[in-house]
Amino acid sequence: MGRGETVASQFDVLILGGGPAGYVGAIRSAQLGMTTAVIEREKLGGVCVNIGCIPTKALLHSAYIAKLLREAKEFGVEAGSVKTDYGVAMQRSRRVSDQNSKGVEFLMKKNKITVVKGNGVLQPGRKVKVGSDTYEAKKAVIIATGSRVKGLPQIGLEINKTTVISSDEALFLEKAPATLAIIGAGAVGMEFADIFSAFGTTVTLIEALPRILPLEDAEASDALAKSYKKRGIEVIAGAKVKKGTPAKDKVTLEVETNGATRKIEAAAVLMAAGRAVNVEDIGLAECGVQVTERGFIKVDPGLQTTAPGYYAIGDVAGPPMLAHKGMREGVTASELIAGKKPHTIRYDNVPSVTYCHPEVASIGLTEDQCKERKLQYVAGRFPFSANGRARGTGETEGFVKILRDKQYGEILGAHIVGGHASEIIHELAVARENEYTVEEVELAIHAHPTMSEAVAQAALDSLGRVVDM
Amino acid sequence: MATKVFMEALSPTMEEGRLVKWHKREGDAVKTGETLAEVETDKAVMDLVARADGVLRQVAVTEGQTVPVGNVVAVIAAAGETVGPSAQAPAPAPAPTPAPALTLGSGERGAVPSVATAADATRVKASPLARRIAKDSGVDLKLVTGTGPGGRVTKRDLEARAVAAQPAPQRDGPLPAPRSPAAAPAVEGASYQDVPLTQIRKTIAKRLATSLGPIPHFFLTTEVDMERAAEAREALNRELGDRGKVSFNDVIVKATALALTKHRACNAWFQDDHIRYWNEVHIGMAVAVEDGLITPVIRDADRKPLLEIGREARELAEKARSRRLQPSEYTGSTFSVSNLGMFEIDQFTAVINPPEAGIIAVGSITPKPVVWDGQVVPRRRMRITMSCDHRVIDGATGAGFLKTLKEMLENPLAMLL
Repeated sequence: MGRGETVASQFDVLILGGGPAGYVGAIRSAQLGMTTAVIEREKLGGVCVNIGCIPTKALLHSAYIAKLLREAKEFGVEAGSVKTDYGVAMQRSRRVSDQNSKGVEFLMKKNKITVVKGNGVLQPGRKVKVGSDTYEAKKAVIIATGSRVKGLPQIGLEINKTTVISSDEALFLEKAPATLAIIGAGAVGMEFADIFSAFGTTVTLIEALPRILPLEDAEASDALAKSYKKRGIEVIAGAKVKKGTPAKDKVTLEVETNGATRKIEAAAVLMAAGRAVNVEDIGLAECGVQVTERGFIKVDPGLQTTAPGYYAIGDVAGPPMLAHKGMREGVTASELIAGKKPHTIRYDNVPSVTYCHPEVASIGLTEDQCKERKLQYVAGRFPFSANGRARGTGETEGFVKILRDKQYGEILGAHIVGGHASEIIHELAVARENEYTVEEVELAIHAHPTMSEAVAQAALDSLGRVVDM
Repeated sequence: MATKVFMEALSPTMEEGRLVKWHKREGDAVKTGETLAEVETDKAVMDLVARADGVLRQVAVTEGQTVPVGNVVAVIAAAGETVGPSAQAPAPAPAPTPAPALTLGSGERGAVPSVATAADATRVKASPLARRIAKDSGVDLKLVTGTGPGGRVTKRDLEARAVAAQPAPQRDGPLPAPRSPAAAPAVEGASYQDVPLTQIRKTIAKRLATSLGPIPHFFLTTEVDMERAAEAREALNRELGDRGKVSFNDVIVKATALALTKHRACNAWFQDDHIRYWNEVHIGMAVAVEDGLITPVIRDADRKPLLEIGREARELAEKARSRRLQPSEYTGSTFSVSNLGMFEIDQFTAVINPPEAGIIAVGSITPKPVVWDGQVVPRRRMRITMSCDHRVIDGATGAGFLKTLKEMLENPLAMLL
């Protein structure tokens, strides 16, 4: 230690990053009796709470209310002409984010976790430097620095925060743009298309892969493409954005699709294709923490990096880059550090949810993956149009699809498109985690009438004995 | 109303059956009691019979396929009746015995009686999926280390086991993909061949592991002079002429049964918290069959004439080899005899067939130089080794029985006493 540096404090566990992985890991560490500090340069809760999951869910609900009101007449409710104001919706979403961030702050206090504000840089010997203070971990340092959106500077689309924006800016717009081109039709692109379309924006959704929601089951992609087209969102899949030319108040895109190049003009372009992990300038190399070819921190099955005493969790530790996956890694890493034997994380059993309308939720393999792996499977399906509850609420779009292993009845994968799909999927997550087969799911009595009945019916359908269809 | 045809529990321990051959085809008219198919159980090949009149429909199981007890294998429909697409669906295992009648008072919420399943009642922590895979591939879950919550066995544990059972992969090569332990095709030129366990092999494996492992065995060997028994047998066979033949095995079975009537302590079952001493003597006779062994039972062997024992023994052995034994013909023995004399084995030890407390292993009859009345003379001799469950039989008890058996064989007239 050189002159002028002091060890500010010693903790059992130091966590770099206060996002979902970091703060949940910190709470678990504290619960296990370890003194814990979290180092966060911005607001607690990370991207998820402040500029990701939470505010978008608030905006999506605003969009949903607009949709409901537009359809209310059919339900016997006259709402007059529906006016939307993105600025107001945005303000509400900010309050929701702030509440959540404050909630995390409260949880830190409640669990006696020290929060250090500032940029943390890893040092050898399980230390983290924040400004001129050095913190030392007696047991372990956990890296949970997360990820950020990235632009496509190579084709002229560097994020300029006015006409070329990312979700970071979209979440703070005072007004919905008149026209918006969204590049990337993964969860982020799909959700913003849904939001802005409901607020009156003319949306063009551009996806490089042959279908939107490329990681989901093809049937889910098809259902969403149909639903979006029906409400006037232009969906261009299998399209390559060759060049982007931002002007003062518009962007011109050159898009190659079906062998032809077409020009798309929009008031703004939202970049929703991929994220970059935050691994720069945090002292990884100095500590011997290696990264993979794709840029993630290299970890072993126990979430240990290549440097002893340094763990990595959340987005930096590799895909899937989902808050709930990071949260579980936070718990697991803390338990491992405390010398416990935690439940092995099943990375093949992380639910994936897109909160657009209708919602898309899935777990396990897609049907195409079953085919690629040459698995013997049966696909059981049940449409919400045949579900009593869904008819009552007018949420008849979508379906439940369960892929059953022919020999043993294993639930290879499950895919839900429809209202509340994000909530319904967990029955199947519990089933898969405990290795229940399709039969166990079907044997559990499902309340009538519920959307969840469609799960039981899809299970039955995979066994060749669907009842309600 | 269509009647479902279930895979029935055709033996007391049967958990699944392999459909060997359909006797009726889809669309054939069938009558109650008619044989629909042959099914290989853990013990034998049995007939699966029709339990209704009608037309066979929706045959869901192909020849050679193994299905758990209780699964629907076909449907018997009335002529012209259309049936729903339900034959594929596994149903909870019904016992072949009629289900208890369910009487409910009006409006009363009665609990539906649970359907008896063939599943093992012993508690092993395992996921439903792991249970299915284990059942299908014949893996004893008790032998698998579970890594799931609370030590429960998961699919991954079974896969890890299957991978561990394979030869070590090439140093730098990728790990072999986990594969179903059931699927192991024979590959020509490979250094080994995995053959799935047949039903009978599975049962042998299970039963014998519960014998030599947990049962404290001890062994007693004696050499018996068989000269007089041989002479008596020759005389009897001369007398019988065309009316039949008495084998050494028949003599040994009869002598064993008679000796047991004098040594009831050896004619017993160990029953965990008690010992059941049998008044009847039923001798299990180990018979080698193509793919294993089975012990058909000669009931009341102490009271049956030699000729009757001989006739029964040959019939049962024949049935065993053609796998036609009925459960009643291979269960309930109180003591067993295993004879490898015809294979020129001098002496061996046999594994007790639980819950029995003893078994004798009979070697070959060979002329040997022995000291007889002060002279070295050739005599036909035979070695018997008795395996005893020490929880039931003590050394002296077993020795006493063997002494009586030896006396009877050395002096066949003693059998008349």
